[in-house]
Amino acid sequence: MPPDPDCPDLECRALTKRFDDFAAVDDVSFAVPAGSFFSILGPSGCGKTTIMRMIAGFLEPTSGEILIKGKPVLDVPPNKRPVNMVFQHLALFPMMNIEDNIGYGLRRKGMGRAEIARKVDAVLDRIGLPGINTRKVEELSGGQKQRVAIARCMVLEPDVLLLDEPLGALDLKLRERMKVELKALQAAFDTTFVYITHDQSEALVMSDQIAVMNAGVFEQVGTAQELYYRPETAFVAGFVGDTNRWAGRVERVEGDALELRTENGILMRGAPHGRGLRAGDRAEIYVRPEAIRVAHDAAGVEAFDNRMQGSVTTLLFNGAASRVLLQPATGGEEIEVALPQSGEFADTQKGDALHIGWAGAQGNCFAAGTGPASASAPEAG
Amino acid sequence: MRASTKLGFILLLTPLLLWLSLLIIIPHIDMFLVSIRERVGVREYETSAANYLTFFQEPLYLRTFLRTAVMSVLATLITLIIAFPVSYYIAKIAKGRLQAVLFVLCLIPFYVSELVRTFGWMILLRETGLFSNLLQWAGLADRPVEMLYNDAAIMIGLVYTSMLFMVVPLVTTMESLDDAVIEAGYDLGGNGLSVMREIVIPHATPGIVSGSIVVFMLSLGNYLTPTMLGGKDSLWFTELIYSQFIVRFNWELGAAFGFLLLLLSSLIVWGMLRLTGQTLKETMG
Amino acid sequence: MIPTIPQSRAIRLAYGAYVGLFFLYLALPLSIVAVFAFNDSQFPSLPWEGFTLDWFFGDARPMIGVFHERPILRAIGTSAFVALCVSVLSVAVGLSNAFLFNRYDFRGKGLLYILMLLPLVIPGIVLGISILVFSSTVANGLWEVAEYDVQALRPGLTLVILGQFSFIATIATLVISARLQKFDRSLEEAAMNLGAGRLTAVRTVTLPFLMPAMVGALVVAFLMSFENFNTTLMLVGSDAPLTIAMFDRLKEGSTPLLNAVSLLLMLGSSLLALMVILFQRRS
Repeated sequence: MPPDPDCPDLECRALTKRFDDFAAVDDVSFAVPAGSFFSILGPSGCGKTTIMRMIAGFLEPTSGEILIKGKPVLDVPPNKRPVNMVFQHLALFPMMNIEDNIGYGLRRKGMGRAEIARKVDAVLDRIGLPGINTRKVEELSGGQKQRVAIARCMVLEPDVLLLDEPLGALDLKLRERMKVELKALQAAFDTTFVYITHDQSEALVMSDQIAVMNAGVFEQVGTAQELYYRPETAFVAGFVGDTNRWAGRVERVEGDALELRTENGILMRGAPHGRGLRAGDRAEIYVRPEAIRVAHDAAGVEAFDNRMQGSVTTLLFNGAASRVLLQPATGGEEIEVALPQSGEFADTQKGDALHIGWAGAQGNCFAAGTGPASASAPEAG
Repeated sequence: MRASTKLGFILLLTPLLLWLSLLIIIPHIDMFLVSIRERVGVREYETSAANYLTFFQEPLYLRTFLRTAVMSVLATLITLIIAFPVSYYIAKIAKGRLQAVLFVLCLIPFYVSELVRTFGWMILLRETGLFSNLLQWAGLADRPVEMLYNDAAIMIGLVYTSMLFMVVPLVTTMESLDDAVIEAGYDLGGNGLSVMREIVIPHATPGIVSGSIVVFMLSLGNYLTPTMLGGKDSLWFTELIYSQFIVRFNWELGAAFGFLLLLLSSLIVWGMLRLTGQTLKETMG
Repeated sequence: MIPTIPQSRAIRLAYGAYVGLFFLYLALPLSIVAVFAFNDSQFPSLPWEGFTLDWFFGDARPMIGVFHERPILRAIGTSAFVALCVSVLSVAVGLSNAFLFNRYDFRGKGLLYILMLLPLVIPGIVLGISILVFSSTVANGLWEVAEYDVQALRPGLTLVILGQFSFIATIATLVISARLQKFDRSLEEAAMNLGAGRLTAVRTVTLPFLMPAMVGALVVAFLMSFENFNTTLMLVGSDAPLTIAMFDRLKEGSTPLLNAVSLLLMLGSSLLALMVILFQRRS
């Protein structure tokens, strides 16, 4: 029987892991289509590593089912599962050279020496490191080790490759480069990657699908754009990208738009995107700094249904990612606004008066108390 | 070097040089010089290889020498085989408090004098001892059984006495092996045996070598255990040295024996290091 | 293999049982020695004749207890004296060596380091006879030249102390070096930056940092000296340390007196070891 082309490479059904009373993973279900790059993004301690270790076989779920290419694998020990894992600190075998590291899994399969040598050379070519066969692990750079760790798994042609925050130990510059490289490697090997990270930028750049995880459950699964433009929960709105947040009470709902009076008495327009908020509900409104238009005069922001005027309190110059903190004339908290680098605002200084405006549809509204605890925005990755 | 730095350097260097030269190097040279002289009259000596010739011509000496060497190697192997699984258990399976407690339990017996440990085995093994009584009580023997004064008893004592020196380096090296490396071995299709052979044992090699060197050395140079637990036929080479020095007062022959023992231990230590590609500095330091 | 790898119950149980047996094997000889210290009999063996404390406190023949047995008490005193000298000497030289190897680069450093390690791979009995031979050579030489007999160079406590020191110093050096290597040199620089002189910086910052290792080395050296047998045997004179005195008695035949001494030794060394552990946990 030929394999079903629609069958997902990896599927988890109602996966749950409890440690005593604490549910590290709570009834999580998802499917990863063949050949895709799937990320699980969440803060540390959210349960993402637990999921990964259950898939690899190093942890037994309390309940639920894991299927690989449609076959249940819970009874299969880790050394027989058709998944391989790139460990957080790579776990390259320091007692072996590169060739023996990569050939390790092939030797376990009982493959002949010549065949192993051929495959090792082929995969080294593929990761762009030909001829390093007899080098020692510690002689490689961070990026090279990374690629060898992936190659060590890929020679075994696994159905799914698991990657446990493999970029965490690298410095910033190298991490940026490896993101692009990893994505390219995934395309070249055409294998399903499941990648876990707490770094939103890694997830956003590389993934076809991202699951945002928090406190043992998936908050939202979607493409990078979906998570960014249409967060379904306050947690996702706060965790993915940066955001301004106001809390207040809904005054009026009109189709897919609403009006909200903030605690400082400012009236704002926002969109609940079908989340069923009613007049009188306590709610929070999330607006991204880069969704806000800045202008020198009121006419520049006339087209928007949310408009404000304020003075610059802090200039956060950071090249393309420059921002200003603005104190609204109407009072209330400072607002973080992205500063376009088209030249218009190049001479902006502290104390300058600016006009800002944004479309009501950009203000994502959620029922109060569902967002990430207190911290208005997590650190940008 | 600045003058004050130089002074400090000399002050620190002096005790080291005094210790090594006066207590280690010169005494061994002197011992060698004594071993190659022959007494030809009252206070008259000649340089000769007579003592070494005596060693090779007298079957008892040569046989005892070889027996001591072989049994020391055997004791080292047995200690390694017994200690390895226990060390692995302490290093990689026991966690937290249990790990600390097991490790300390391993150390405690060795804070007690070797004499006491040997004494314990004598009480257990001798004719009126615990094991003999147990056997009779269980109906497996109808009269007292003497388990002391033979090679097996020596072996038990040597292995027991050396255990710590094998367990500690093994636990230390295996503890430094990241769990993720073992998991990676399994993840890539390895099983218990191949992970052990290709990952754990290569990683533990420095510990195995330094443990084996110390255990071998301690067995070879042991006097107490063979004397107390061994019988008339199980002579140890150190007993020959002792009797030449203290009983016969033939220091020349005793020094030759001592030098041969040193030579043997150095050879085996060197061979072990060469075989595993280690250096003395990294295994002992 | 490790807890995260699934393993069959039978194998886990068998492994646990093996480890249990191992600890039984470790404990057996020592427990048996301890138990027979309380046997009301002339021999440390079965049958069990009833419980007594006479082997500790008895003062009438045939059951003279440890605390009334003069030679044994004297031997304990001798051992303690030797151990104290050896441990203080070893820690002092060990500290000096640790600084030398850690702070200075000089020609022949590698060679000296190897030489420093050598005493660990020389059989103890060989160390003993080489020192015996050398000291006699020197003593005889002095006698011939000056007609003066140096008692310290004849078998006796001085030679015992030197003989034990010759290899225990290596251990002290290794223990102290290991900790000195973990020391962050910038702490010393900070102290000097705050006005301390070089020696003051070492005294006020580095030495307190090394303290746990020095105390550890002191205790280990003390215990190693106390229980040393092989080297001591070749160098001992008329004042026998405890291990030698016990050995001589054991050759004549054992009484539960030896068990009682052994039990006291075990208690003493456990107490010392415990103190070190507590001390090191605190700092």
